[in-house]
Formats: sequence, C-alpha cells, structure tokens
Amino acid sequence: MSVARAERLVNLVLCLLSTRQYLSAERIRGIVPGYADAPTDDAFFRTFERDKTELRELGIPLEVGRNLVSDTVDGYRIARRDYELGEIDLAPDEAAAVALAVRLWDSPELVGAAHGALLKLRAAGVDVDQSAPTVVESKVRTTEPAFGPLLAAVQAGQVVSFDYRRPSPAELRERTLEPWGVVSWRGRWYVVGHDRDRKAPRCFRLSRVVGEVRKVGRPGVVRRPEGVDLMGFVADTHAEPPRLSSASMWVAEGRAAGVRRRGKVVEAREVDGVPGHVIEIDLHYPDAAAGWLAGYGADVLVLEPEVLAKSVRERLLSAAGGVR
Amino acid sequence: MTAAQERLPRLLALVPYLLARPGILIEEAAADFGVSARQLRKDLELLWMCGLPGYGPGDLIDISFAEDTVTVAFDAGMSRPLRLTGAEATALLVALRALLETPGVADADAIRRAVAKIESAAGQAQPAGVAVGLGVREGASTAQVRETAQSAVRDRRALRITYYTASKDEVTERTVDPMRVLIVDGRGYLEAWCRRAEDVRLFRLDRIDQVAVLDEPAAPPPYARPTDISEGLFQAAPDQRTARLVLRPAVRWMAEYYPVEDVEELDDGRLRVRMRYSDTSWIVRLLLGQGGDVLVEEPAELADLVRAQADAAIARIDKHRSA
Repeated sequence: MSVARAERLVNLVLCLLSTRQYLSAERIRGIVPGYADAPTDDAFFRTFERDKTELRELGIPLEVGRNLVSDTVDGYRIARRDYELGEIDLAPDEAAAVALAVRLWDSPELVGAAHGALLKLRAAGVDVDQSAPTVVESKVRTTEPAFGPLLAAVQAGQVVSFDYRRPSPAELRERTLEPWGVVSWRGRWYVVGHDRDRKAPRCFRLSRVVGEVRKVGRPGVVRRPEGVDLMGFVADTHAEPPRLSSASMWVAEGRAAGVRRRGKVVEAREVDGVPGHVIEIDLHYPDAAAGWLAGYGADVLVLEPEVLAKSVRERLLSAAGGVR
Repeated sequence: MTAAQERLPRLLALVPYLLARPGILIEEAAADFGVSARQLRKDLELLWMCGLPGYGPGDLIDISFAEDTVTVAFDAGMSRPLRLTGAEATALLVALRALLETPGVADADAIRRAVAKIESAAGQAQPAGVAVGLGVREGASTAQVRETAQSAVRDRRALRITYYTASKDEVTERTVDPMRVLIVDGRGYLEAWCRRAEDVRLFRLDRIDQVAVLDEPAAPPPYARPTDISEGLFQAAPDQRTARLVLRPAVRWMAEYYPVEDVEELDDGRLRVRMRYSDTSWIVRLLLGQGGDVLVEEPAELADLVRAQADAAIARIDKHRSA
C-alpha cells in the first residue's frame, strides 16, 4: 500500500467517524486529502469504490444512508458505537490465558486472525506478554491444503464443491456442500455442512479431500442453522468408556518390552523350550490389542481369553500368506 | 495478508495503543506490533499527517517524541481500537475454550473470566464456524507423570525417566532437562534435552513408565531449540530405509498416521505408498499386526522376514495348542 493510499484511508476513517451526517461521495472527494488528485470523475469513483471495499474487508462498519428524503444520492458515515471495540480490562492472569491461547494455533489463517485480535486488545490498553514461559502448551495444526479455502468459504458463507475419497467402500466423487464450519477433533480436521447431493448434514475429513476446493455461486448464501453443534457431528462424545478386559500371555525372556511394561508377571514358564514369563494385562481395546500382540510374533503367546488367541492366530495366518 | 495489507489495521490500532501508554519506548511498541522500530517510526510519521477535516494544526493527530519514547497528544477522535472481526473473535475465543480442555492448565477460572470479558467487548462478533476438541485421553498414571513433568518445568529441575521407545521396543533410563509439556493431536508430550541422545526429544507422556524429580537444576544447553512440530511429529532421519507397501482399504489409516511418500491410488480403494523406517524390527511388528491387509512389494527381504516370523509364531501357537 502506497503512503498516499494508507494516508488517504486513515483520513477517510477519521472523517467518517467524526461526522454525524451522511457524507456523499462528492463531499468526501472535496474534503479528504488524496481524492482531489483524481484526474476524472471516473478515476475518483473507481478509487472510492476500492477504498470502501478495503474498509469493509477490515470489518469497518460503513453506514450508507440519506440525511433528508429529498437527498438524491446516498451518503456514508461510520457509527462510533459500531466501530469501537467495547471496554475491556484484563487482570494479569486473564491476560496470561490470552497469551497462551494465541499460541494454540499452528496454522497461518488462524495465527493471523488471533494476532489481529491481540493487536486490538493491546490497542485497548491490555498488556499481553507473549514471551512469558509456559508450563503446558496445546497445539492445533492445519496441515491439510483444503483447510484455508474451506475456512474462507465458511466465513464467507459460500457453497463449495470438492472431490472426496471415501476409503470403504472405496469411492471418489464430487461433493457439493453448504459449509457450516470446520472442526478439529483430536488433531484431525473436518468440515461440517449441508450436503446438497445427499440433502442432509454430513461431515468430511479434510485429509480425504482430493485436489482443489472450488467455490460455487456467490458469498453470503449459506445459512448455518441456529445453535448447531458442529462438534457433535464429528466427535462421539457420548461413547461409552472402554470396558477393561483381562488377558494372560506368555512372553519370551527379555523380549516384548512393550507388553511387559503394561502387565505384571505371574510366574516363570518355559514354552517350546524357550524360557519366559506368564504375564497378566488389562486391555482397553481388545480388537486393537490383537494387532498389537500379533506384531510380536513368536515372542508372545496369548493364553487367555480364547477369542483373543484366535484373533491373533488369524492375523498371523494372513500375514504369512495363508489367507488372501 | 501481505505486509502492505497489514499496514492499515496497524495504523488504526497505533493511536489508541499509544494513547493508553504515554511515553512508551518505540522499541517496545514495535515489538508489540511485530515490526521493526524503523517501520514503526514510518507509521508514526504517516499518522502525523492525518487528522480531521480542516486539517489545520489543531485538527491533525499530534504525536510528540522524546528521545526514544513517544506520546500521543491529540488522537483526532481515534481513541479506541476497531472492534474485532468475526474471524478474529473466533480465533481467539475458540483457542481460549480449547485451553480449558488442556490437562494441567491450572487457571480455568482465569480463562473463563477472559472469555466472558472478550465476548462482552466483542459484541456482535461472536465465534462461529470453527470448533476445536483436543480430545485428550489421559489415564490416571499418565496424569501423574504429566503433573510431575509440569512441576519440573516450572521449578527448572532435571528428571530421571524410565522411557519406553516404541520404535526399538525397549525401555531405557534417561536423565533429561525438561523444556515444556506439549499437547498435540490429543496426546501429551514432554519436550526435553536428553542427555543420553544429546539432543532435544519429545517423550510421549504415556510411555514414561517412571519419573523422578532430581535435585539438580534443569540445564538444557543454550542451543537446544524447541521442536518445530508444524510438519508433524515424525522427524526424518538420515539413515532411514524405505519400503514399498500396498495398503488395503482397512489400513489406509496407516498413510494418514505414518509419514509416507509417493502415494498412488490403486483399484478397490487400495493405496501404494513408500514408507520410511529406521528400525526393521519396528516395521516387522507393524506389518505382522496388520495381517494380510498390507502387501510388502519391496524390499523382498522385508516381505520374507514378515512371512518367516508369522510362520514361526503360528508354529509355536499350534505346538502349544496340541500340547
């Protein structure tokens, strides 16, 4: 932005903030320095249009209206109560929380927005020390290329379409979505919205979006249902806690440290001429445990329960090429 | 936003910022705005030329400099910052709420107060369209480890840990100098200088089997840098080998969970990938556990090894059963 342009825009904001009357474009042209240089009417209106767009993009509430019914053209002003950030005063521990919150994002779009907010809080007189050491830090990353375009579409209220790959049953097809929001759950990002093809709310995992996200139609058409619980579409927050089930297995001497650390030794025992121990272990997710235990091959032999022993053997059989 | 696009928001925020801090050092203000002192002076010179219609001496923004400090004497009506945009309110408030979910963030009360105040100041700009759930799963023993690790970070004390390294399937004792506790993708990590590895390491909290705070102070060397996790938690090592694998749909998650390259879509939802690994025993364990859902195309020795180990395991199981 040229010095002249930045100066003109600051003056325009100050001028529109200071007026209670709507000022027509012509009046503004006569008052605000910088516009007088426009060689023609056309050049002035083009510049003025661009300036208005820029102010609106920054979130400056530009009011359009007429002072008298007899006025023939619209005028502009900025209502101070809509422009200004409300009074805010943060205690030191509250400011520390804000500093920590800003560090949550590891994503250019969200870091930019959070810093924009921080700038304004500081301008409101709040002191936020970002260099203060922290004991615990959360990080939310956005590595999916689709994140930026989808967040922009959510914020602009614009319909999108994209190619989406579903793994099972395998399928790659175009989806058209009215996006309501982006959701991060346990480090993975999703987009939630109204699927126009299915005519129902759906959620999509961003890592499975293939290629570009395309904008469909104009901004401002998507209506997010009032009070919609975005997280509810993604996270199974009502899932029952896993049931603990106990298992016992033989583990070869000095092997399978990953199993040994999770259980307790019941007795020493020799199996197949190999010294080892019988170990008891509490399992949270028996299905996942079969894969984990099969990974140890001959070093681990499941004794109980039978269903787990069978499931491990089946996995090993198919790994050996016995089942295809 | 480009540097030019960032300038107008900064110019609009500068006057109220300075108004709230008469006589502030230019260096300090520049640091708060994330720009050089030279750039900040340029901004101030520009603002000095701006003001109210009339643009006479009493209408212009008046800024006075004294050595390295600056004071605003007349604000031309720009005494408050611009309200938050929807995107700004969202980024800040969603992050604050996520903090409430972070285990070990003691001051939940302060976070709630900050949220309430910011919501009230933000007015119409309410957060929308972004939701974050950290979804941290933390067992009781991991919570204890985390609390000990946090106290060591706070008190700057070294730790003695018993740590399970999954890639090598081994448990080792290490003395570490804690740097910070991180929560990433629903899991807790201790970032510390490991005296054994002589490098910065991320230790998964649920793999720290024992932890003891030592009397000696934590002393990470000055060149110990926090890990850049933006590219993922797996660091590429120079001595890694690669395997070419075909994943069936049931194990496509492997391509999302582990670092893979040259991803190629095949028919029936199968995926061909190249996967890096440092430790052969680790990848054998991983592949054995997936049963027939992964086909090893290369290297042939790896395919043979997986098959041989599966055969040996089945032989042992069957012998034991018949006994």
